[in-house]
Amino acid sequence: MSAISELSTLKRRKGPMTAAEKKANGRDNKAAYIFLLPWLVGLVAITVGPMLMSLYLSFTDYNLLQPPEWVGLDNFIRMFADARLHNSLGVTFTYVFVGVPLQLGVALLIALVLDKGLRGLPFYRSVFYLPSLLGGSVAVAILWKQIFGTTGLVNQALAMFGIQGPGWISDPSTALGSIVLLHVWTFGAPMIIFLAGLRQIPVMYYEAAKVDGASTLQQFWRITLPMLSPIIFFNLVLQIIGSFQSFTQAFIVSGGNGGPSDSTMFFTLYLYQKGFGQFDMGYASAMAWFLLVIIGVFTAINFIAAKYWVFYDD
Amino acid sequence: MTTKLETLPAPDKNTAGAGKPTNHRKPAKRRESRGTLAFSRAARTRALIKHGILILAGGLMIYPLLWMVVSSLRANELIFREPGLWLNSLEMSNYTDGWSALTHPFGHYMLNSAIVVIGSILGNLISCSMAAYAFARLQFTGKKLFFGIMLLTIMLPFHVVIVPQYILFSQIGWVNTFWPLIVPKLLATDAFFVFLMVQFIRGIPKDLDEAARIDGAGHPRIFLRVILPLMVPALATTTIFTFIWTWNDFFGALIYLTDPDMFTVPVALRAFVDSQSATSWGSLFAMSIVSLLPVFLVFLFGQRFLIKGIATTGIK
Repeated sequence: MSAISELSTLKRRKGPMTAAEKKANGRDNKAAYIFLLPWLVGLVAITVGPMLMSLYLSFTDYNLLQPPEWVGLDNFIRMFADARLHNSLGVTFTYVFVGVPLQLGVALLIALVLDKGLRGLPFYRSVFYLPSLLGGSVAVAILWKQIFGTTGLVNQALAMFGIQGPGWISDPSTALGSIVLLHVWTFGAPMIIFLAGLRQIPVMYYEAAKVDGASTLQQFWRITLPMLSPIIFFNLVLQIIGSFQSFTQAFIVSGGNGGPSDSTMFFTLYLYQKGFGQFDMGYASAMAWFLLVIIGVFTAINFIAAKYWVFYDD
Repeated sequence: MTTKLETLPAPDKNTAGAGKPTNHRKPAKRRESRGTLAFSRAARTRALIKHGILILAGGLMIYPLLWMVVSSLRANELIFREPGLWLNSLEMSNYTDGWSALTHPFGHYMLNSAIVVIGSILGNLISCSMAAYAFARLQFTGKKLFFGIMLLTIMLPFHVVIVPQYILFSQIGWVNTFWPLIVPKLLATDAFFVFLMVQFIRGIPKDLDEAARIDGAGHPRIFLRVILPLMVPALATTTIFTFIWTWNDFFGALIYLTDPDMFTVPVALRAFVDSQSATSWGSLFAMSIVSLLPVFLVFLFGQRFLIKGIATTGIK
């Protein structure tokens, strides 16, 4: 179903598949590689080649004009001492580990309310889904900048209750929060995945639980949550990977500088500034690989932790 | 992990049904009928509370967007004083001012975006469907390895490739052209769509291929005459997602397009924000609305494909 489950079934199928493959081998090779040609060229020229190249560049000093100069581990040592980089990591972690659980929590909650054959479901679903399509755009980031500005929509609304709100985006303590909120606002996509998952839970489980006198809450903890856990896991992995790469919203809301006082300086934004602002391509490459390792580590942790909480109904 | 295949709708059934959105509501209907048997006062108040929550939450979600639409039709100074949604007069000047606020009329940037979007859609449709056919139907050496790599590239952060890609494209002299934004799509780098199509093709009965093969058709024929016509729903999903993602794409355009002649809509909007320091929010909002309109229309007409698409493959 999902790319994630495909990856692990791939591993499982290994034994019998190789035998079958050997038998059929050689039959379609020519045709297959012709069909795969664009993808193969892309893999080499657009993905794997550049990946290796950026690995190489991360050990060099390179400004696009002079040829790259090998500097060994210099870039990584610099990263170790770069306080702005550490700050940008903190900002990104906060964004990911506050924004993703909040977003998924809201998505699950609304999906649960929507699930029980409610009238007008397609309409509600559309209303909740629309923001997730628009949320990545520059236009919505501009809107956000106004809404959370000193005289923005939020403060206008608060003023009606006699509350004087802060300049949410100009205050370093709340600027990141408003971008996290923008992430939560896009909960529609995971909500739809949850809805699809909820539909797959056999109704008879609930019927049996009801006969046994289980309360709604018990049904949720004992049936819904375990049955849905593979999908929660799937959403979690995808959203974490995606959120680590978030860029547009912070860029537009902060006017490209990650301010105020670096409070919205996402790791990707700092990477952009280093690479495409100062053309410090070696350092930017080192940062990119560092990001890849971070994402890899958290994805691995996710998979390991999954063994303890994700339930598979065999 | 394997059981995920069973807990979610079977890929074939699900994607194949993309044309008829009603079929996946079946289980819900079953529950509904169960509910009507014991339709009581309590159930009714419960439904009412639910609708209340949903209307409140939905209203809160949509309000900023509605407010932006209304504000784009207001006099500039009202935007910072008027949180409500009612309009006393229509201020169309925001749209006319905004349209011509930058070096080129805004239509120029929309056209640029349209070129990139159309190129990307064609690229994705052709290259991804070809790769998907190979993965779904053909046996070849290294298939499993390549398939695994393809799945991994879906999750690869693009930052690890962006610097060398930029170097590569700038050396070919492609900076300030649309090629860096289109060529990767021609090379099936949006592996997500390859995966989506593989899932879909797996759901098409193999007998159809066999019949065509017995009639003497080779792989190109089978692909073009049998598989492609049957995978139209998957192609539609790909088209719609590619449209929205490319239309919204900011990072790629920001890096590769620095000449205002070549700006796509997102970078043009960004230039607009930078040039007008908080004085013309009305026209800024107006152009933001204009830039969101195509996405909104695609959403309106392609919704069922979008929802099927994310429900089956689970991506934003």
